[in-house]
Amino acid sequence: MDAFLHQLLSGLANGGIYASIGLALVMIYQATHHINFAQGEQAMFSAYVALTLIQAGVPYWLAFLAALAFAFVAGVAIERVVVRRFANAPVLSVVVVFLGLLFIINSLAGWLFTYNVQAFPSPFPAGLGGRYLSAHEIGMIAVTLAMLAVVYAFFRFTPLGLAMRAAAQNPESSRLVGIRVGWMLALGWGLAGAIGAVAAIMAAPIVYIEPNMMAGILLYGFAAALLGGIDNPWGAAVGGFIVGVIENLAGAYAVGTELKLSVALVIIIVVLVTRPAGLFGRTVVTRV
Amino acid sequence: MSALLELKGVDAAYGQSKVIHGLDMAVEEGGITALLGANGAGKTTILRTVCNVRTRASGVITFAGRRIDGMQTEDIVRLGVAHVPDGRGTFVHLTVAENLTLGAYTRRDRAATEQDMERMFGYFPRLRERVRQQAGTLSGGEQQMLAIARALMLRPRLLLLDEPSFGLAPLVVQEIFRILARINAEDRVSMLLVEQNANLALAMAHDVYLLETGRIVRSGPAAEIRSDDAVRRAYLGY
Repeated sequence: MDAFLHQLLSGLANGGIYASIGLALVMIYQATHHINFAQGEQAMFSAYVALTLIQAGVPYWLAFLAALAFAFVAGVAIERVVVRRFANAPVLSVVVVFLGLLFIINSLAGWLFTYNVQAFPSPFPAGLGGRYLSAHEIGMIAVTLAMLAVVYAFFRFTPLGLAMRAAAQNPESSRLVGIRVGWMLALGWGLAGAIGAVAAIMAAPIVYIEPNMMAGILLYGFAAALLGGIDNPWGAAVGGFIVGVIENLAGAYAVGTELKLSVALVIIIVVLVTRPAGLFGRTVVTRV
Repeated sequence: MSALLELKGVDAAYGQSKVIHGLDMAVEEGGITALLGANGAGKTTILRTVCNVRTRASGVITFAGRRIDGMQTEDIVRLGVAHVPDGRGTFVHLTVAENLTLGAYTRRDRAATEQDMERMFGYFPRLRERVRQQAGTLSGGEQQMLAIARALMLRPRLLLLDEPSFGLAPLVVQEIFRILARINAEDRVSMLLVEQNANLALAMAHDVYLLETGRIVRSGPAAEIRSDDAVRRAYLGY
């Protein structure tokens, strides 16, 4: 029973990471109808920024905030400089652009920070650990839940959040009430970048930091987004926690740790085959 | 009276296909100008060209003495031009209250904005009943009311109305036009009205333009157009 509870709770801790990445993917999907394959690499690079600052003697939480600010600005810049030019491009061109960004950011990180696997500090003192979860896992859950709450409150209760939702849903009507839709898209990229950065920085002490650290996590984030519903941010967050638990329980009791990653692929395929709109998604009816 | 909105020598096109040719027209300050014409004459295109949505245009467009041709839609709106678009432009996944709040997005006077929302519920009590409901679940008539209320939340100087009667029951249409006339009289909001229902438009408008395949073929005060036999036969059918 203890082992089961441990697997369950640590699955929730990992799930928070997948939820964050899933949320970032959905935010961009809602506005552009594209999956940002470079989301994980943007997050990884931001984690390196945090690590560099920490190694230079900057206090952890200050480095954390600085990395978030970096991720935000980088996200805005990527949208304004690169993605914007492909707003009306065919889907395949956009996919290639996102894959290009993935490889560029990945190589840049390898070039600047090397491909060596490095340890990443946790801000949560080990003494806090409990019977079922390590201190870092408890802290990780707290940080991701706090972030989800802040993001929810931003979108739900602020005029800017409302304008961003409007711009993603209906750009033309948004322009007609005076919303600067282009900037809203850029802000969305910035926010998604910052959310991804939180995920990478929280995951780094567990998976260690190296340029390919996010490959598996991005896949799980994608599974989370699909499971919850690719057009529903809160569905994606819930999907993340579900995927985290499924992954851990399957790893412990069914397929073993070697095959854990394929669990994400199985989830993706099962969702697409049986319920393409996800658990909480809207079924889009197209008139023919 | 002086012209609030003026178009001079305006051509407009979607991509390569030109829809409006050498258009000259004006909307008087405080007046209601109706734009009549058959399907495909280019009425909707003219409204879109004023706000610079979807069309590519050349020529001179001035609003309140300022050149607005070539300006971004957002900036034109911020000058006080509200557009009730073809198809109503409802934010279907947002609530009625959120739709109205978005209408006042460019305003910073929060207290007055809340007062205006109350005023909209005074005009359209149905919207108050549905204030927390997703706007996509509203009926066509309710969505039209919402679109007009959303546009008015901007406190516009000019309201562009694209077929507010489209697809609505006659009683609802009467109700909406009664409110529009009242807003024009009380708040001096100028209006450019595109309508297929010529009877309705002629009854309410001060000035009228008749449009045929992208060109103005006749214009003048509504009273004059109403009494013109040829126009009556062509547009009113009696």
